[in-house]
Amino acid sequence: MGLLLAPPSAWFVVLYLAALVALFVSAFWQVDEFTGNIVHNWTFANFHTLLSEPIYRTIALRTIGIAAAVTLTDAALALPFAYYAARVASRRTSSMLFVAVLLPLWSSYLVRVYAWRLILAKDGVLNWALDKIGLGSVNVAYSNTAMWIVFSYIWLPFMIMPVWAAIERVPESLLEASADMGAKGWQTFRRVTLPLALPGLAAGSIFTFSLTLGDFITPTLVGGAGSDFIGNVVYRSVGVANDVPFAAAFAAVPVIVMTAYLLFARRLGAFEAL
Amino acid sequence: MRQMHVAMALAALMLVVSACGSSNSGGGGGGSASNLPTSIGKGEGTLNVIAWEGYTQPQWVKPFEQQTGCQVHAKYGGSSDEMVTLMRQGGGSQYDLVSASGDASLRLIRGGNVAPVNVNLIPGWKDFIPQLQSPSHNTVGGKHYGVSLQWGPNTLLYDTKDFPTPPTSWSVIYSPKYKGQITVPDNPIQIADAALYLMKTQPSLGIKDPYQLTQAQLDAATNLLKQQRPLIKKYWALASDEIDLFKNGDAVVGASWPYQTITLQADKVGVKDTIPQEGATGWADTWMLSAHAQHPNCAYEWMKWISTPKVQAQQAISFGESPANTKACPIMDKIQKGACAQYHANAPAAYFNSIHFWKTPTKDCATQNNNCTDYTEWQQKWTEIKG
Repeated sequence: MGLLLAPPSAWFVVLYLAALVALFVSAFWQVDEFTGNIVHNWTFANFHTLLSEPIYRTIALRTIGIAAAVTLTDAALALPFAYYAARVASRRTSSMLFVAVLLPLWSSYLVRVYAWRLILAKDGVLNWALDKIGLGSVNVAYSNTAMWIVFSYIWLPFMIMPVWAAIERVPESLLEASADMGAKGWQTFRRVTLPLALPGLAAGSIFTFSLTLGDFITPTLVGGAGSDFIGNVVYRSVGVANDVPFAAAFAAVPVIVMTAYLLFARRLGAFEAL
Repeated sequence: MRQMHVAMALAALMLVVSACGSSNSGGGGGGSASNLPTSIGKGEGTLNVIAWEGYTQPQWVKPFEQQTGCQVHAKYGGSSDEMVTLMRQGGGSQYDLVSASGDASLRLIRGGNVAPVNVNLIPGWKDFIPQLQSPSHNTVGGKHYGVSLQWGPNTLLYDTKDFPTPPTSWSVIYSPKYKGQITVPDNPIQIADAALYLMKTQPSLGIKDPYQLTQAQLDAATNLLKQQRPLIKKYWALASDEIDLFKNGDAVVGASWPYQTITLQADKVGVKDTIPQEGATGWADTWMLSAHAQHPNCAYEWMKWISTPKVQAQQAISFGESPANTKACPIMDKIQKGACAQYHANAPAAYFNSIHFWKTPTKDCATQNNNCTDYTEWQQKWTEIKG
C-alpha cells in the first residue's frame, strides 16, 4: 500500500507544495527594471503596491464578486435541475440528463468560450434570435455581464454533479417520515431535502468559486474594457512585464481567499459530500 | 478535474522555471565585433522566431523552408513588452530571432539579449533606404544588432457604414458619440497616441515628442485615456481580436495596423483606414538575433531571405507596410498595380520623417530637459487606465 501511494504523494509534495512555497518566497523578491533580472532582496514592496494602488483592489474585488455571482447563479440553476433528475425523473430520463450535463465537458474549454463570443456578438446569434421575435437587441458582448453568463455556463456541471449526488443520497425513509408527520411537499423540501443537500451545494460552490477565481482565459476572450481578473494581471506580469515576484504576490490573494472559503465550506459539511 | 489539476500544477511549475530562467538571463551580452561570422554555415534545420502576427505568412515562409531546409516555428508577440519578455525568459536560448519594433530593440540591446550581426552577409542591406541602414534603434556604437525589415504608420480603422465620409481626426476614438464601439490596442505605448493627439489639440501642454513626456504631460494623456475607457468596447491584444470585433459589428472605429484593414477587406467587410490630420505613430521593425541563438545559420539565412526585394515586396503588400529595400518597388507594382506608391515604398524622406516611430520612453530626453517619465511609469499608468 505504501509503495502504491509513494509516487502520488511524492508528486503532490514535490511538484505541488514545492511550487506553492516557491511562489510565496518569490513574492518577496523584486525585479531589476533595467535588466529584467530577479533581485533576491527581501522586501514587502510588492505587497505594498498591491495594497496602495486602488486598481488592484478593484481587480481583486471584481474577481471575487463575479466568482460569487457565478456560484449563486449555478446554485440556483443546479438545485431544481438536480432535484428533478434525482427525485422526479424516470431512470431513463435521469441517465439521459446525466449524459447531457457531462456532454459539454467533452469539448474543449476554448471552443465553448469562443462559441459564446459568437453568440453574444452584436451581429451574433443571440441578437439575431431576439430580433426575430421582436425584442430588439441587447448589448452584452465584451462586458462583465458576458463573463458572468459564460462562467455560469462553463462551470454549471461542476455544481450540478455534487448537488445531484447529495439529493440522491437523502434516504427515502426520511421523506416518508416527513410526509407521515403531515408535512406538505414544499415543507419537506425546505426542512428535510434542502438541509441534507447543503453539503452538496457547498462542495459544488468550491468548484465554481475556485475555478472562476483562477481563470484568465474567459476574461481575455469575452471580457471588455475593465474586465481584468487577478489571473490576467498575473499572466501579464509574467508574460509581458517579466515581473514574476509581483505576479506571485498577487497570486497569493486567491490562495488566501480560497483558504478562507474552504474553512467556511467545511463548516457547512462540504467535505462529507465529496 | 484531473486535467484542471494538471494544468494548475503545470502553471505553477512554469512559474518556478521562468523564475529560475530569468535570474540567469541577461548579462551575457553579445560578443565583440571581432567574432562576427564571415560566412553562413550549413542550416541547423530549425528556426524559432518571435514575430508580429502576419510576419510569417506561408507565401514567403514555405519557399524559404524548401530552399534552406530550416523549418520555421513562429510565436506571435502581442506587444513589444511581450516580445522583450519572451526573449529574456528561459535564458534567452528558446528563440533565434525577434521582429522587434523600435520601442523594444534598445531594451534588448541594453539587456544583452541580442547579438551583433554582420550585415555584409545580407546582400539586400545595401539597397535599404538610408534611414534604415544604421538607424539608432538597432545600431549602437557602429554595431548592427539585426537588419531592418519594414515600417509603417498606425492607422485609424473605421466601418464605412457608420462613416460615409472618412474621419479626419483621431478625435473620433475619444468621442462619446461612438460609446461602446471603439477599440484600441492593449499596449502601454498607446499613451503616445494620446500624447500625439494632445500635442496637436492642446499646444499649451508643451508636448514636443509623444515619447518624451514630463509628469504633467503624462498625467494629461492618462486623463484623456481614462475618459476614453468607458467608450471602449475592448482593448485588443492580438490583431485577430480587432478583426473579430469589426467583423461581428462590435466595433466601428479603432486604432489599428494596416494588416487588419487588408484582412477585413479580403473578407468583404466594409472597412477603410486613414491617417488623420494629427499624424500617426508608427513602427520600424528589425529582425534581431538572439545572443543565445541555437540556430544562428538558419537565422542568417532568414535575415538574408527576408531582405531580398521579392520577399520585401510580398510582405509589404500582405501586411500593408513599407519595405526597407528600395528595389522592392517595381516588384510590388508587378504583384499589384500601384502598390509601390500605395504603400509608400518610393516615398520621399519627408514622409518617413513625419511618422512618430515607436521608441522606449526614458528619463533622458532632449525636448524636456531630461525630465521625462520612463517606460515603467507608462506601464503603471496603463494598468491604471485599463482597470
